[in-house]
Amino acid sequence: MLELRGLSKHFGGVKALDGLDLSVREGEIFGLIGPNGSGKSTAINLICGVYAESAGTVRFSGQVMNGKAPHERLRAGIARTFQNIRLFPNLTVWQNLWVAQNSPRDVAAQGFLSRWFGATRRTRRELAELLELADLGHKGDELASNLAFGEQRRLEFARAAAARPRLLLLDEPAAGMSRQEIEDLGGRIRGLRDSGVTILLVEHVMELVMGVTEQIAVLNFGKKIAFGTPGEVQRNEAVQEAYLGTSASDSGAAGEGA
Amino acid sequence: MSYYLGLLQLIGVHTLLGLSAYVLMLTGQLSLGQAGFFAIGAYSAGILTVIFELPILPALLAGALIAAFFAFLVGFPALRVKGLMLVVATIAFSEFVRLFFFNLSWRVPRGDIHVGPDSTNGFREIRYFVANGWSAWEITTFVWIFVILVMAALWWMDRSRAGAVLRAVGEDELAAQSAGINLTAVKVTAMTAGGFIAGIGGALYAHTATYVDHLTFTVLLATFAISYPILGGLSSVFGTLVAVIFIQGVLVEGLRFLGDWRNIVFGLLIIAAMNLKPSGLFDARTTLLLRRSVGLGGRE
Repeated sequence: MLELRGLSKHFGGVKALDGLDLSVREGEIFGLIGPNGSGKSTAINLICGVYAESAGTVRFSGQVMNGKAPHERLRAGIARTFQNIRLFPNLTVWQNLWVAQNSPRDVAAQGFLSRWFGATRRTRRELAELLELADLGHKGDELASNLAFGEQRRLEFARAAAARPRLLLLDEPAAGMSRQEIEDLGGRIRGLRDSGVTILLVEHVMELVMGVTEQIAVLNFGKKIAFGTPGEVQRNEAVQEAYLGTSASDSGAAGEGA
Repeated sequence: MSYYLGLLQLIGVHTLLGLSAYVLMLTGQLSLGQAGFFAIGAYSAGILTVIFELPILPALLAGALIAAFFAFLVGFPALRVKGLMLVVATIAFSEFVRLFFFNLSWRVPRGDIHVGPDSTNGFREIRYFVANGWSAWEITTFVWIFVILVMAALWWMDRSRAGAVLRAVGEDELAAQSAGINLTAVKVTAMTAGGFIAGIGGALYAHTATYVDHLTFTVLLATFAISYPILGGLSSVFGTLVAVIFIQGVLVEGLRFLGDWRNIVFGLLIIAAMNLKPSGLFDARTTLLLRRSVGLGGRE
């Protein structure tokens, strides 16, 4: 579904990402991990078109995405969340979801006038469902900036879902969350996958990554150093070295490395 | 009485000017080009009623469309610059327009005189209302019909998804793009709509004043245009109206008795207002509270 070939991004002399090859299969939860500065967020920004790649290709469902603007990639089916939450703080919770309804299906179903100047009954129902799913059902009329941290994270997640993506890129969604909230988030990620969305998860919190992903790629200094199932990656010596600096005998150590 | 009607007309025209900046500021674009669009509307509509002897309505509409067209053209290069750079670029546009009209001489004979824009001497014969025997009341009503129409349209747009999309772009461009919003389309549309509204304002201004020259359209006018929505807040079109009444009615006119002290008090009152309400009179919270208190809810 998502194919990266030789994907590179250079900032001046710094190779933030250096020839990344990756393929994510439809319907899986794919983890992308690595120490700080290893190129994970750069990879996300390249996939969704915020940065232009220095070399390589991004292919999504067979279509080359290079040169397409972020909003075009979203309409092709790639949505994302941000490492540091980026909501529309002075819009209400409901409006935050409303503006994100940009999937081709919504555009086609609504017609120009009802899309821009009205809200069809179907739109209202679907947004209400999304709010319920995000446990924000009673907060629709609040300003997004009035929400608590965890609620803001759930709203951003819901906003990405409102665009009906086929691939969702999650950039450190568990940052700053309590154990309880992380468990809850894991459930939401699985729930979304079960509804047919492929997930690429960039995360430092290992209990989440190891708990929900099926495949993991590990980055270090912009290069992929390991690839495999969570178990394989945890036992990988190069990975342990990348996280801890030296080879460690305790295979669980990678889990604490974050 | 005619003094107050004249003030009412001025408030109406400046409300349109302020609303033209309001639309743009929703998308986070701060433009000092509104004086330029206002000038284009004023001169175009004036030329149409004076030289081509069109009735006021088609002239006004054409003036607004011409201003909108130029705003559309300005919208594309404006996409590449943000913040202060956009301010500087749009000042350049306003000055370009002003200097164009400073040099424009297009005189045609009408009876035993010549009429039309006369470069440095200004454009003095925009006398459609007088020539057709409109009373001051009728002129004032005519102006306010457009003010109310534009305010109603913007108020309705604000509560629709289109309004939320404009605001989303203004709040966070990266997040808006990533949520599937086409920045180019949204910003250029806002610029065009702003040009259209400023054009209506300019056309009405030219005909109520009967006389315009290039000095009417300086950077000071552009500064007024953005100060209304800044002071009034970006959450409601009514903020801009209140700010115009406050600045034009209370500060500019109401403080005349202070003589030279007026400008000092003017400045102090603006500073005081910005300190009391840094994000304007009608910010997001205030507007939401007001809506709830009158039972309109927050959505749509």
